[in-house]
Amino acid sequence: MSGHHVVPVKIYLAIFGALMAFTAITVAVAFVDLGPLNNVVMLAIAVVKATLVVLFFMHVKYSTRLIPLVAAVGFMWLLILFGLTMSDYLSRGWLGAGAPWPAPWSN
Amino acid sequence: MPHAHSSALAHQFDSLEQQKESATLGMWFFLVQEVLFFGGLFLTYMLYRWRDPTAFAAGSHELDILLGGFNTVVLIASSLTMAMAVHSAQTDERKKLVGYLVATGSLGIVFLIVKYFEYSAKWHHHLIPGANFHFEGVVGGRAELFFSLYFAMTGMHALHMVIGVAVLLWILKRARAGEFGSHYYNPVECFGLYWHFVDIVWIFLFPMLYLIGRHYHGGA
Amino acid sequence: MSAPESSAANYLEDGHTLRSWLLTFDHKRIGILYLLGVSFFFLVGSAFAMLVRLELLTPQGDLMTSDAYNHVFTMHGIFMVFFFLIPAIPGVLGNFVLPIMIGAKDVAFPKLNLLSWYVFMAGGMLTMYGLLTGGVDTGWTFYPPYSSLYSTSAVLPVGIGVFVNGFASILTGLNFMVTVHRMRAPGMTWFRLPLFVWGQYATSLVMVLGTPVIAITLVLLVLERVFHLGFFDAAKGGDPVLFQHLFWFYSHPAVYIMILPSMAVISELIAAFARKRVFGYHAVAFSSIGIAVLGFLVWGHHMYVSSQSVYAGVAFSLLTMLVAIPSAIKVFNWTFTLYKGAVALEMPMLYALGFLGLFTIGGLTGVFLATLGFDVHVHDTYFVVAHFHYVMVGGTIMGYLGGLHYWWPKMTGRLYSEFWGKTSGWLVFVGFNLTFFPQFLLGLQGMPRRYHAYPAEWQVLNVLSSAGASVLGVGLILPVGYFLYSLRYGKVAGPNPWGARGLEWETTSPPPTFNFDEQPVVEHEAYDYPLPAGKPGAGAAPASAH
Repeated sequence: MSGHHVVPVKIYLAIFGALMAFTAITVAVAFVDLGPLNNVVMLAIAVVKATLVVLFFMHVKYSTRLIPLVAAVGFMWLLILFGLTMSDYLSRGWLGAGAPWPAPWSN
Repeated sequence: MPHAHSSALAHQFDSLEQQKESATLGMWFFLVQEVLFFGGLFLTYMLYRWRDPTAFAAGSHELDILLGGFNTVVLIASSLTMAMAVHSAQTDERKKLVGYLVATGSLGIVFLIVKYFEYSAKWHHHLIPGANFHFEGVVGGRAELFFSLYFAMTGMHALHMVIGVAVLLWILKRARAGEFGSHYYNPVECFGLYWHFVDIVWIFLFPMLYLIGRHYHGGA
Repeated sequence: MSAPESSAANYLEDGHTLRSWLLTFDHKRIGILYLLGVSFFFLVGSAFAMLVRLELLTPQGDLMTSDAYNHVFTMHGIFMVFFFLIPAIPGVLGNFVLPIMIGAKDVAFPKLNLLSWYVFMAGGMLTMYGLLTGGVDTGWTFYPPYSSLYSTSAVLPVGIGVFVNGFASILTGLNFMVTVHRMRAPGMTWFRLPLFVWGQYATSLVMVLGTPVIAITLVLLVLERVFHLGFFDAAKGGDPVLFQHLFWFYSHPAVYIMILPSMAVISELIAAFARKRVFGYHAVAFSSIGIAVLGFLVWGHHMYVSSQSVYAGVAFSLLTMLVAIPSAIKVFNWTFTLYKGAVALEMPMLYALGFLGLFTIGGLTGVFLATLGFDVHVHDTYFVVAHFHYVMVGGTIMGYLGGLHYWWPKMTGRLYSEFWGKTSGWLVFVGFNLTFFPQFLLGLQGMPRRYHAYPAEWQVLNVLSSAGASVLGVGLILPVGYFLYSLRYGKVAGPNPWGARGLEWETTSPPPTFNFDEQPVVEHEAYDYPLPAGKPGAGAAPASAH
């Protein structure tokens, strides 16, 4: 709960500026071949942008402990969904895992 | 305004503070379930992209980076105007509140209009999954799954935008009637939380859909 | 703190028109609305159960075609799981009792509460429409590619009906959590809360975190079926097993949505009828949360033979064993509560004791099934069917009936016949075991589920099972009779007919519209037995009317 904390306008403008900058960076980096790092960088920038929106536009930085906890739990549950599901697919190729996932069909 | 105080307080609460905290907490729980809702789509995307990155990159190249990037700027700007709207309510600036709400809604509508143009371009290029789908590149039919996900994800996001604009109109109506001020602005704040969430979904959708493997061909 | 005023004597007197019920914001009336709704859908689900057991009386598929049978067991599962087991205890008992237990006037969002009932009914009606236009034959699990590509049944209306119903769950869970966080009476700290509230809170966590995933899964299925998009279609690069991952990510925690509220009721019953505080209050409270959290990590145990990686299978198996631990802690703690307690074998207590035995059997067989090596042999046999009916009927329904019998005097201000209550309870217990214990044996012998015909050597056990189902059916119908009878002819119940502790027993039966005439202030922990002199119900032997 943010109480009656009024966030100064210049913070909002600074965050907006940062979000614009990160957007430009993410587009620019997409055109550079970093191999597997492309995905990592793209994801990292998106996470940073989302975090800025959550902390400042959504006032989580100025809230009591319960709100950040709720937001964190939501994010953690997403990781459970992704992690445990992908653990199945990623380990299918291992020795003795069972039937390998068929290769993509081609037409 | 004492009159506004008592009429704004719902009977089950003992104070406006309790009501505000409850509504905000309730909205956060709602957003958590929204995260899991979109999460299923993101998982599907993650799995199929991991399986066939070439097809996904090929599909992604058909998306217009300029329009996608423009829409990203539009939505982030709308988050700024939404935050400013809440700020204006907190500082009893009714005219600014109304102005920022109008700006937010307008930017949302601009986003949807751009999406309409993107979707109709897909239609003309036979990139709508289904009987008429035809992909010109090497991957051929393998790209259909990418476009299925593209439409499912951006479509679900757009649906949330439409609902957001509708609710915004209701908040706007109340704002114009002078209902909100430093003593009571929680509905604006809670709506703002929803709006920012929808922005965050797009913050992930844009790079995930539009920027895959752009370095392969060094450009569009 | 002045409560809003109502001139009516109690919430039942506060408006007699249909409109006053259908447009109520009162959580107690909404609980009654849910009671009517879940009872209706339970009847529908039971009708299908009787059809299944009728068909299985004989080894041949002579009552219906295999296709018709597919529809019958599917609709049984769908109505029971989505429209009874998931909404019943939270919607009926949680709604009625939870705000009173914490000393609040209502839930945090009364309008959302009413909306949740309408959403529940809308989902149910859409599913009824699907039923009336032919029903679904995919199994309640809706697995593609059959559900997406090949089934010609009413997958669309039923799938959408289930999707809509999910929002009722989400709204209820959200409402309860905010209520517990923000609406507790002065002095009602977290660790003074009755364990029923902890259980409902844990349930609400699961509802909010899990339900959206089945929602999106059904959206994907509907899109696939209507537009042939290929998410789960191998021919288009999709994977049917992804559906299973997404489906079970919710549907496993869903079983904890079904059992946690029942366990929550059991805590109340054991404390009230042993006249003791629950042994290990903190352990039980944290175990509720533990079950809710761990329950999200185990879904792959439904997929051991679905071509899931064996490594993932091992991980899920281990995690499933872990989730048994908090459940076991609770069973031990309830048992220890009984030790040296002044145990009164009133009607609700019989259900609690029944729960302890039956849930233990159901839970233990769950641990057997968690074991990869064992599950491979009994997957998709009647062993699994028996296991989940032991936990869902032996567990959830025992808790639901126990709770109904416990709080009925509070809800209606009337006592029901103890004789008929006990009769129905014994019929339920005996009928239930007769129906489902033979199914463990059938499963071990290899009888597959979802088949309308079977080899003749299994007929005896099937006949026993069907006979048991008839007894169970009688036992379950009887409460309708004596509860309705009690409304008019039952002895008037005082505020605390059981002599129990808890804020709900310190207000009138039925309670006033806003629950309390004056907001309570809490100064003691939950289950603070013995009841102090001066409190309603103190010194009185539990009342009953024969």
